[in-house]
Amino acid sequence: MPHIALPEGLHGIRSAFAFRPETAKPLNEIVEVLLRGPHTLTPGERELIATYVSCLNDCHYCHSVHGAIAAAHLGGDEDLVRRVKADFRHADISDKLKALLVIAGKVQRSGKSVTAADVEHARGLGASDIEIHDTILISAAFCMYNRYVDGLGTTQPRDEAMYRERGRMVAGEGYVAVSKTYLPAETAAR
Amino acid sequence: MPHISLPEGLPGITAGFAFRPETAKPMRELAHILLHEPNSLTPGERELIATFVSSQNDCYFCQTSHGAAAASHLGGGEIVQQVTTDFQHAAVTPKLKALLSIAGKVQQDGKRVSADDIAQAKACGATDIEIHDTVLIAAAFSMYNRYVDGLDTWQPRDHSMYAEMGKQLAGNGYRQPSR
Repeated sequence: MPHIALPEGLHGIRSAFAFRPETAKPLNEIVEVLLRGPHTLTPGERELIATYVSCLNDCHYCHSVHGAIAAAHLGGDEDLVRRVKADFRHADISDKLKALLVIAGKVQRSGKSVTAADVEHARGLGASDIEIHDTILISAAFCMYNRYVDGLGTTQPRDEAMYRERGRMVAGEGYVAVSKTYLPAETAAR
Repeated sequence: MPHISLPEGLPGITAGFAFRPETAKPMRELAHILLHEPNSLTPGERELIATFVSSQNDCYFCQTSHGAAAASHLGGGEIVQQVTTDFQHAAVTPKLKALLSIAGKVQQDGKRVSADDIAQAKACGATDIEIHDTVLIAAAFSMYNRYVDGLDTWQPRDHSMYAEMGKQLAGNGYRQPSR
């Protein structure tokens, strides 16, 4: 049971968003820019970073839904998502993305763990400043979302089909658009 | 030196914000709502929660700037010092102590917050929205702190700069750049 009276029938972060639509708006805008905005990293790659960090933080709702969004962006390749969660170094992803996942993992522990050598390594594999910046911010942001979802004791169903369906919907329509389906109308329109 | 080419002369998060205005906008907005807009917790109390979490994460820029904002709201830095050193013995209400205890759990891991922690806060008069906002402030500063340190931003040791920044933040909030 959630720690506070969250709206019933909604799970994970959606129940918190509906409880406090004022903060839901910027929280949805942050992921919209970071994970879906125009970028040299594909949405699939950025969702894999979000999924990996959520896995490290052991947040079931976040790693399940972002894993499903990543798979939807990656042509339904759920096996690749599973391998990134389990051991990204041996997953079939680019060396650049592996170097960025190393940085994301450091940020998950503490921003101060990131070394100049980590950044040099990523740069040597072609990572640009904005890609490094966004990797750091995606990891930092999911340290927020994961704590928010777990800290409120939200309900987090064990239901792969539910996450798969949401994954397809969010991958197709985006965070801000989908939020209008469960937030009060006046907030979503603002 | 920062890990990437951030604009020079801007301290801490302001450099990250200037580098990437698209993400700065909602990040500023979030801080503004959580720390500055009307709430049953005073701005000073909410800045104390932000300062405490930032000190637990050992982020110099964030704990010093938000500590200065809290001091500006509270008319002095003594309580700020007490809260970051040992909040259980600080001159704050039992309710704020219970909320700081929740914030400290969230800083470690959201799953550490227990039903007992919540019951304790409620017994001290905390409402659902106050508990929600405490959890989200602690979670959000787990983001801001990692962002500031993960980029290895410039974090000057200059108390007058932070005192000025604290005054600006306390007065104007977070929607606009503080300098």
